[in-house]
Amino acid sequence: MSAQAPSADLFRSERMRRRRIVNAIVEGGATIAALLAVGVLVIVVGSVVKRGWGAIDVDFFTKTPALYTGFGPRPESGIENAIIGTLIIIGLALLMALPVAVLTAIYLNELAPRKLANVLTLAFDVLNGIPAIVLGIFVFVFVVVGHGQAAWKASFALAILMVPMIARSTQEVLALVPASMREASLALGAAKWRTTLSVVLPQAVGGIVTGATLATARAAGETAPLLFTSALYSDAVGYDPRQPLASIPMFIFTSAEQADPVLHQQAWGAAAVLIGIILVASLIARWFADRSVRRLKGER
Amino acid sequence: MAVASRTSSGPGALQRRGRIRPGDAVLYLVTLAAALSGVVLLALITREVIADAWPAMQKFGLGFLTTQAWGDNNKTLFGAKSFIFGTAVTSLGALLLATPISLAIALFLTELAPRWIRSVVAPLVELLAAIPSVVLGLWGILVLGPFITGTLGPALHGTFGWLPIFSSKPSVGSNMFAAILILTIMIIPIVSSICRELFLGVPSELKDGALALGATRWEVVRGVVFPYARAGIAAALILGLGRAVGEAIAVTQVIGNNVAIHADLFKPGDTLASRIAGQYQGADTALQVASLVYLAVILLVFSLIANLAAQLIVRRVAGRHQMR
Repeated sequence: MSAQAPSADLFRSERMRRRRIVNAIVEGGATIAALLAVGVLVIVVGSVVKRGWGAIDVDFFTKTPALYTGFGPRPESGIENAIIGTLIIIGLALLMALPVAVLTAIYLNELAPRKLANVLTLAFDVLNGIPAIVLGIFVFVFVVVGHGQAAWKASFALAILMVPMIARSTQEVLALVPASMREASLALGAAKWRTTLSVVLPQAVGGIVTGATLATARAAGETAPLLFTSALYSDAVGYDPRQPLASIPMFIFTSAEQADPVLHQQAWGAAAVLIGIILVASLIARWFADRSVRRLKGER
Repeated sequence: MAVASRTSSGPGALQRRGRIRPGDAVLYLVTLAAALSGVVLLALITREVIADAWPAMQKFGLGFLTTQAWGDNNKTLFGAKSFIFGTAVTSLGALLLATPISLAIALFLTELAPRWIRSVVAPLVELLAAIPSVVLGLWGILVLGPFITGTLGPALHGTFGWLPIFSSKPSVGSNMFAAILILTIMIIPIVSSICRELFLGVPSELKDGALALGATRWEVVRGVVFPYARAGIAAALILGLGRAVGEAIAVTQVIGNNVAIHADLFKPGDTLASRIAGQYQGADTALQVASLVYLAVILLVFSLIANLAAQLIVRRVAGRHQMR
């Protein structure tokens, strides 16, 4: 009795061929999808830079929008008021959000009972998912109706958006701080509060900076929370957060609605400035994140 | 020596044990107050928004949801029907386009791409999420719109004109199809980055096992990766949908802001979020303001339910991973 040789050739069968073809199609499709996403990014950023470049000169940063009546030479105009307004609105939002977010993260990671921490984290995650336009409407009915618009009210709306993001990234870094450091500090007789503020928190600074930078970059581009809180601004440069102030996103939004091609070009220019700010912020955040994670993981 | 130091500080430490240190109490209370802000804000947002929508909720009741009107009968009749329709069509359409693309990107980044391509492409895809919606909307009006009316629209109408959704040639660049494409671009980075992390979490023993049995890469993905990550993918899709439903700015820039219900995607329409954004320059009557806030209530309720569902799924999945 000799063993019979297998009659089917495992590698050339029709079925195997089909399986390989299906596999190749899927792999090709996945590669194309990735190229597509990168392609869209290149096309969008490319259009912004190409069309916006012509609008960007010194006047663009140092002049305010000039009304053009259609007669005579067009006056030079820029978006200085929008740039300064955005800086003020975002700065105030960060000032409101950062302490709340960091204290929240400390409570959730260092002090809270696990079950309570889970519930409170869930609340922040759900808050994070509320559409920006609803936050804008909330601030509108809460503090704008009957009192008027103001830049700090826009900051308040943006701060609600930023707190969950900063708290989350702070929590992630706090979790990386080795327990042995806390134990060492407590064993030396330091109080819990002293340990938390002087030993644990300094280790997490990198993560806090990363989260704060990313949240600021995202908030800088948000338009929806500004619509009902700081949209009725004047074209003069303003510094008073109790008045509605201009902002880069609002400038893009309103200019895009106009039919004037020169305003369109300025909107592209403003978009280029905005994307530039966001890109730089993201790069800084990434650098800080890499550095602090490397340090906490002990690869000094 | 250790014994000596213990005895020297012993009595004081023992006395202190029962007492709460004031510094600890302060830190505890201050951080607790901050951590409660999430819950407090959720409650406050819900209360304020419902309170200000109340006049419209009282006047129109749930009939608001099934009335197609905005300021009809001399600004006394408002309804959300066409906006609910527009929201459903645009966000489901975007989800339909974005799901296969996002899954494919996540697969490419976890299963196919060599390490150096991965480290270049992954941040680029995430950068797509960093483009502000107002910039995407600007691009939508001035670049995508003309492309749809000039090239893409006529081509789709020519080939698929027998489908109701492509039954006319686009006459203006602002239409529901443009909104779908913009929303697709916005949710791809969200869904694909969540899925990428899910796929990275699939235990390699399972994948190696399937490969050892002779499965092709696709069979491993279909038989091991997808089933393992199923719940997480569902959560990612819900989050993507929530994002699409809530996006106001980019949609209001490209959708055409029309109170109408058409099967035809090349006609202008409007969504809940986009209608709110479009009215930012001011509503004329108190009833119009209340109706606008009513639209926000609908969005708020949807986003609360969707996000709660997604987060609960995510937590269940994470719990399973910890048990392993």
